[in-house]
Amino acid sequence: MRRQAYGIMSLIAAAAMALTACSPAAPQSENKTLKVVYQKTDSFSALDTLFQSAKKEFEAAHQGVTVALEPIQANDDDYGTKLALALRSPSTAPDIFYEDTFKVRSDVDAGYLLKLDPHLEGWKDWDSFDDGAKAAGLGDDGGTYAVPLGTDTRAIWYNKKVFAAAGVSVPWEPRTWQDILDTARKIKASNPAVVPFNMYAGKATGEGTVMQSFYELLYGTGSELYDAGAKKWVLGSQGFTDSLAFLKTLYDEKLAVSPAEALDSNVWKKVFGEWLPQGKMGATVEGSYTPSFWQKGGSYEWPEYGQDMGVTAFPTQNGQAPGGVSMSGGWTLALGAGTKDPGLAFDFLATALNQKNSLAFNIASSQIAVRKDVAADSGYQAANPFVKDVSKLVAVTHYRPATADYPRISAAVQEATEAVITGARSPEQAAADYDTAVKSIVGDAKTVAK
Amino acid sequence: MAAPTAQRLRPVNRRSPLLRRHARLLPVLPAVLLLLVFLVGPVLWAFHASFTNAALTGRNARSPGWVGFENYQRLVADPVLPLSLLLTIIFVGGSAILGQNLLGLAIAILMRRARRAVAAVVGTAVVAAWVLPEIVAAFAAYAYFSRDGTLNQVLAGLGLGQPDWLYSFPMVAIMLANIWRGTAFSMLVYRAALDDVPGEVTEAALMDGAGGWQRLAYITLPMIRGSIATNLMLITLQTLAVFTLIWVMTAGGPANASTTLPVLAYQEAFKFGDIGYGTAVASVLILIGLVFGAAYVRLLRESER
Repeated sequence: MRRQAYGIMSLIAAAAMALTACSPAAPQSENKTLKVVYQKTDSFSALDTLFQSAKKEFEAAHQGVTVALEPIQANDDDYGTKLALALRSPSTAPDIFYEDTFKVRSDVDAGYLLKLDPHLEGWKDWDSFDDGAKAAGLGDDGGTYAVPLGTDTRAIWYNKKVFAAAGVSVPWEPRTWQDILDTARKIKASNPAVVPFNMYAGKATGEGTVMQSFYELLYGTGSELYDAGAKKWVLGSQGFTDSLAFLKTLYDEKLAVSPAEALDSNVWKKVFGEWLPQGKMGATVEGSYTPSFWQKGGSYEWPEYGQDMGVTAFPTQNGQAPGGVSMSGGWTLALGAGTKDPGLAFDFLATALNQKNSLAFNIASSQIAVRKDVAADSGYQAANPFVKDVSKLVAVTHYRPATADYPRISAAVQEATEAVITGARSPEQAAADYDTAVKSIVGDAKTVAK
Repeated sequence: MAAPTAQRLRPVNRRSPLLRRHARLLPVLPAVLLLLVFLVGPVLWAFHASFTNAALTGRNARSPGWVGFENYQRLVADPVLPLSLLLTIIFVGGSAILGQNLLGLAIAILMRRARRAVAAVVGTAVVAAWVLPEIVAAFAAYAYFSRDGTLNQVLAGLGLGQPDWLYSFPMVAIMLANIWRGTAFSMLVYRAALDDVPGEVTEAALMDGAGGWQRLAYITLPMIRGSIATNLMLITLQTLAVFTLIWVMTAGGPANASTTLPVLAYQEAFKFGDIGYGTAVASVLILIGLVFGAAYVRLLRESER
């Protein structure tokens, strides 16, 4: 009997070993230390540079205060997870952190973020922030919880050389989805080795699939994902099915990359690093931050990108108003709800986002400036040849619904695109699957058929 | 003479076994405490969390509420669960119980008959995969099976087709990778066990005219069945828990075609921030581990008789 008990104990232990892979971070309890958590990757070090310089500036101005920089090396998804885990416990929660705009509302709901309104009142720089961008930091209660670092838009990036070689006249300005297909087929016919027009699909590229592909289609049909007024998710729209059908056409006719390539989470690195620079891809839908990869010091330096590449707005389905579609996201800085010295933490945030640091960051990461004094700076406007083009798209841009359910809905959309491009489901079936999935996520009451 | 001595000693004798037994447990105490804190604790926490709507973000992160069996009801209705269960069983059955176990046994038997140099080279090659940290092994396997990877380069050299392994045959790829990584463990267990089979028994069988396969089936295997049961238990539990390998190679895709239970639990808990639901999946995994484990423990007890 006892032996059996030991056996079972050891089994529980073995099973538990499998499931406990995370270790708690060391708590930090010094009074005058500010802990800053942010993302840093091989291809994204601009933020690290920003905080290094802000740290120097801040420590010189505040004797006795140490700024502890704790970069997390991870992709967007994993960074969000690690940050949320750190925020769960007061002993690991950072004082200042880098926060994705679409997580602001749900993290406010979770009680992770400090309300900044009292501090913003005394900060004269706040007036130089763009009003539209300020909205990104709002919680459901109307208070401001985060300050934006920059924003972005999405557009079609095309290789002029590939287009010219196929006899497509540049600058290229597609008006409808059909224009895209026509051009892509023309390129395919003239050189079958080239990927004419790529759009991401599937779960591997995560938010990239929806932000840089599906939503450009969906919001160009006149449909939408979420009815913000009624606070309901839109189901059963023709636009949703049409968008899936467009992706299916792209992939079935081999106008985009192969489904196998699309489902590799590293596909975007090949797009930026190999296919576009080497003239093996005609065009892709990507963010305004694209030049940051190619400019001097970027991960895939390509000195000629300014001449070889062109940028144009993604068209609406049939050319209907407003004639273009873009999606915007962007990141913010926020303060932990449990920070010991909110005044000091806010001072650091203000230092990090002053005109000089914002300017340097916006240029280095090819972000669209949210400070008017940065946007007006000649250095910013000359940072890359495309600043003007992509900034213009703010006029036709859309934002993701920033609800706590959103990550799941987004995953359901990604799953629908994956099912369609792999041929597992037809666009109609995948759209029906999506509707079922959304209903089970948010409940029937929070959906609306359109 | 004997009686008084015994009488004098009796009180000491009566007390000492108890004392000794308790004193003997002292050195294990720290280990038991560590197990309780770091292993049993999290398991109990996971069971508890699976009855709540705890989340990484949103309102439920601030004040998780008790939801009873709601997570389990959702899990039973989830179309991914049957698929995930099936994939987990295929993965464990194919790569651990069949793959690692049989291959490990075969290598161990062959190594006894091989030249010393051959045995050393084979042993090193097999153990090398085991020595690699899991993440390194996972990247190596990814590089091997990926579209432009080593395997396809070799196949191209031979003029054969180059399928996209991680996309077209994700389960095959991760199972082969797990066999490659884990066979060393079974091999080591079986080598030790085979060394314990007395030479006289084998010799006696030889004298009685038993052939190679007969000696294996009737002498060797029955004599090492304790080790077989132990090995099966350990590799089953290990393989049930394999996460890094799959996550790096396929991340559960394409279209959930390699989403085993640990991958599903991770996705739910961390990607979607639904800790309650994720821990419900993990609890199911623990239960499956317990069932497997209990079966093997029974097997072990029978083999000891």
